[in-house]
Amino acid sequence: MDNNYDVIVVGAGHAGSEAALASARLGSKTLLLTINLNSVAMMPCSPSIGGTAKGHLVREIDALGGEMGKVIDKTYIQSKMLNTRKGPAVHSLRAQADKIEYHIEMKKVIENTDNLYLKQSEVTNLIVENKKVIGIIDNLKQTYYAKAVIIAAGTYLGGKVFIGKNIFQSGPDGLNASIELSNNLEKHGVNLIRFKTGTPARINRRSLNFENMIIQEGDSEVIPFSFMSGDISKKQEPCWLTYTNAVTHKVILDNLEETALYGGLVEGVGPRYCPSIETKLERFADKERHQLFIEPEGNYTNEMYVQGMSTSLPLDLQIEFMATIKGLEDVEVMRPAYAIEYDCINSTKIEATLEHKEIDSLYFAGQTNGSSGYEEAAAQGIMAGINAHLKINNKSPFILDRSEAYIGVLIDDLITKGTDEPYRMMSSRCEYRLLLRQDNADFRLTKKSYEIGLATEERYQRMVNRKHKVEGELARLKEVFIKPKEINEYLADSSNNSSHSSKSMYDLLKRPELNYENTKIVDNSRPELTKDVIFQCENEIRYEGYIVKQLQQVKKFKKLESKLIPSGINYLDIAGLRNEAQEKLIQISPKSIGQASRISGVNPADINVLFVYIEKLKRESVSDTNG
Amino acid sequence: MEDTIVAISTPNGDGAIGIIRMSGEKSFEIINKIFKNKSQKKLSDYENKQLVYGNIIDNNKVVDEVLVSLMKKPNTYTMEDIVEINCHGGSVPMRRVLECILNYDIRMAEPGEFTKRAFLNGRLDLSQAESVMDLISAKTPKGFDVAYNQLEGYLSKKINIIKSGMLDLIARIEVSIDYPDEDIKDITHKEILDILNENKEKIEKMLKNSETGKIIKNGLSTVIIGKPNVGKSSLLNALLKESKAIVTNIPGTTRDVIEEYVNINGIPLKIIDTAGIRETENEIEKIGVEKSKEFFNKADLVIFILNNAEKISKEDKEIIKYIKEKKVIVVINKTDLDTKLDYDELNSLIKNKVILKTSITNDHGIEEVEDEIAKMVYHGDIESKENEYITNIRHINLLKKALVSIKSSIEATISEIGYDFIEVDIRDTYSYLGEITGETITDDVIDKIFSQFCLGK
Repeated sequence: MDNNYDVIVVGAGHAGSEAALASARLGSKTLLLTINLNSVAMMPCSPSIGGTAKGHLVREIDALGGEMGKVIDKTYIQSKMLNTRKGPAVHSLRAQADKIEYHIEMKKVIENTDNLYLKQSEVTNLIVENKKVIGIIDNLKQTYYAKAVIIAAGTYLGGKVFIGKNIFQSGPDGLNASIELSNNLEKHGVNLIRFKTGTPARINRRSLNFENMIIQEGDSEVIPFSFMSGDISKKQEPCWLTYTNAVTHKVILDNLEETALYGGLVEGVGPRYCPSIETKLERFADKERHQLFIEPEGNYTNEMYVQGMSTSLPLDLQIEFMATIKGLEDVEVMRPAYAIEYDCINSTKIEATLEHKEIDSLYFAGQTNGSSGYEEAAAQGIMAGINAHLKINNKSPFILDRSEAYIGVLIDDLITKGTDEPYRMMSSRCEYRLLLRQDNADFRLTKKSYEIGLATEERYQRMVNRKHKVEGELARLKEVFIKPKEINEYLADSSNNSSHSSKSMYDLLKRPELNYENTKIVDNSRPELTKDVIFQCENEIRYEGYIVKQLQQVKKFKKLESKLIPSGINYLDIAGLRNEAQEKLIQISPKSIGQASRISGVNPADINVLFVYIEKLKRESVSDTNG
Repeated sequence: MEDTIVAISTPNGDGAIGIIRMSGEKSFEIINKIFKNKSQKKLSDYENKQLVYGNIIDNNKVVDEVLVSLMKKPNTYTMEDIVEINCHGGSVPMRRVLECILNYDIRMAEPGEFTKRAFLNGRLDLSQAESVMDLISAKTPKGFDVAYNQLEGYLSKKINIIKSGMLDLIARIEVSIDYPDEDIKDITHKEILDILNENKEKIEKMLKNSETGKIIKNGLSTVIIGKPNVGKSSLLNALLKESKAIVTNIPGTTRDVIEEYVNINGIPLKIIDTAGIRETENEIEKIGVEKSKEFFNKADLVIFILNNAEKISKEDKEIIKYIKEKKVIVVINKTDLDTKLDYDELNSLIKNKVILKTSITNDHGIEEVEDEIAKMVYHGDIESKENEYITNIRHINLLKKALVSIKSSIEATISEIGYDFIEVDIRDTYSYLGEITGETITDDVIDKIFSQFCLGK
């Protein structure tokens, strides 16, 4: 048996799947290992993909040639574009997934990808030689060798589940936890911390009283995630909205001591953005009701996900409090809600390539890095897969910065700021979000990915065509001049503004009362364009001023990013730095002045001192070589 | 391309001449906009490094009479284009010129920044690297700075109020962007507009007061009052002697009111030595007394002088009646003479006022008077009418930038464009305010969102 691979990926969740696909597609012989083949690309929590900021990540993964967007487009059961009235940069796509189909579809893609070997195996140890990883050992004492290893272990590492006072070792959704690997990682010098998350109960569709809940339909016109998908419209499944009430709250609050979390048995830090219902009730005591969405888990099951009701109460109390909610009077729980605690690494210990700073060729991706969410995981997965492949082929790393992608913001936040709770992508974390829209992810990223050989020729051509259409139309709109007579007549019935001189269509479209659609009558030479192209053009024109401003900010940002800090710099030698800054700089070891400036505890004066010191080193090294 | 920077390059304090220096590629462009002289010749047409006489003009008004020289790169200290403006020394004229420059695309230099640039651009040799770093990271623990920081504390309180209003707003907008499905009512354009307008007014008020504020331009209006021969003029002269900063000396509009400018611990004071407030039948004197009363009513601070060697007179009691509602320092002078003043009576007449003792002829107690003035200003006891004490030009500049940003966010909100665009300027506003108090936005916003809103799966 040939046990030699280029890349081994440990874990086949959302991060592991994308990592393995990217590395295999780039040409590396890749081994993908998972504790259970039935859990490939499993969704142990919410049955949906996308949402605010996360939708942007999916688009970016797709633009890079990843799989998540394509798979959800094939397996969605409801789709919605969120925030359509809040501005083009924050439009966010979200789809409810058929969980089972999603898993099957992703597994099918993996199984049919060349260079990619999917196997069931629990990895228990790394083989590390001279601070470099060279392979892994599994629970059956099998040894596999590789030039790089990517750990994408999700919530399996040291997994511990809490349901009321019942505490047991477990990975997500009843799968085995990975205990030995955790212990061995620490032995190899990888420090672990504990995080916690939770998931609500799954309840039986047949036990619900739908007439007592508010129906939530998907969009009538479905926009796909993937730039490669065409028309994907189909019959959609509704979700249902209902609310907790005073009785619900009483049941929960009277029984807080029944949860493990209140007994001090949980050490992991949970995320602020998805607190359990008991935490919500405690922290926001004046809120009279909390909403919950009942979401179908797919076409092949009656299981429904109870969004908003994550809890670690014992099962009987879960049933008792849910039965007080309208629509859930006769609730039948099929899977109980649980809290799960797991090990993850300190994300400031990895590079922007996601390679560990101390163990060569060892990469980490996904929840193991302290993030949360399928999309965040997949984003890191594809980047780790790409970078592992590039490294073993002696090629320069593939890094996206904060001005290029949400993926860049995600990774930079993790490695520069670290996180003290499971990290969720939010659009408010992103400084240049007017430029990083979900509608232009292909323009931003596909070329880069094509150049390293991941995005296919077909994908690249699609992007180029779309881009030509947008640029062509923008150029044409600048050339189309509308005589005052024509437009004033038209403006008269849409607004009081009147125009005295001939104006280009481009300039006219900057007016708030005008849009592409309602100016059609005065623009005779207009070509047939798809909605996405029109949307791009309108945004480029209307928000030109803002876009120019952000581009200037990006220029400044890039300048600081390009000022590199030499490796091996000794911050303790730099007398002008304050102690706190020295400590933080040593801990994070930033690659550039720009990155250093984002570390909390490093102030502008420290940055200036650093500037001068680096210049000094540079000149000293020049005079050394000259001397 | 580096930002263009500006700073007052001569040391703190008041020399006869002060130098303001700009460095960077916009410096020639900016000086051309604000400098005028008779020859109509453009400054850049003069010879390199030639001193040119003329005026700095702002809104068609002469700000100061100056000598300017342009130095073309690379043979300059920073190896960038440099402009040096020799203007009149003293904090007020230099401040005005600097404010005028800061209306353009330029920013205040950070500590040591000229030298930093000189080093980075290769002008200084390696041996100077350490001292450049020291310069950048140096803190100057002078007494003045301590007092100054207290003042800043007062300022940052006001700015923090605006900032927290803006942060609330950003968090509300972000929560409707990042959590559209939660049970939280989306903020409306109307609500955004109201909050923006409210904060815009606050910034405007602070700026208006910083620009027209009497403290900066005209000094804290201080009236010295007391009977004839009690030592008013001596105190004034003593303060003048202590002060190295006689900005100007304007004779009063009548022979009985003298205005003098002094600088005490960094606070410009306009001291008005009055004729006193007394009933009189003499017509000429009556005008003087009326004038005194007028100044007295407008005064931010009153120094009331009593004579240790005399009993409290009817006239003194008259004055005491007037000063009840005022910020007052009571000075009992002539402590070198035998005490005849009835302190019990004084204490029963004057309550809750600071009482200091001096012997001005022997130079005793003057420092205490100065300290007390500074203390009252820095502790915010004296709130000069409508004045915010924004004495730091860097802060004024940042406030101005914040104002520009909040105004464009208001325009954007009125035109009802997407939250994502409106927020660009709101965030800028917050960042400029944050630069004054030293905080970053991202983490603030996310903490705010989670502390304020109930979100979850």
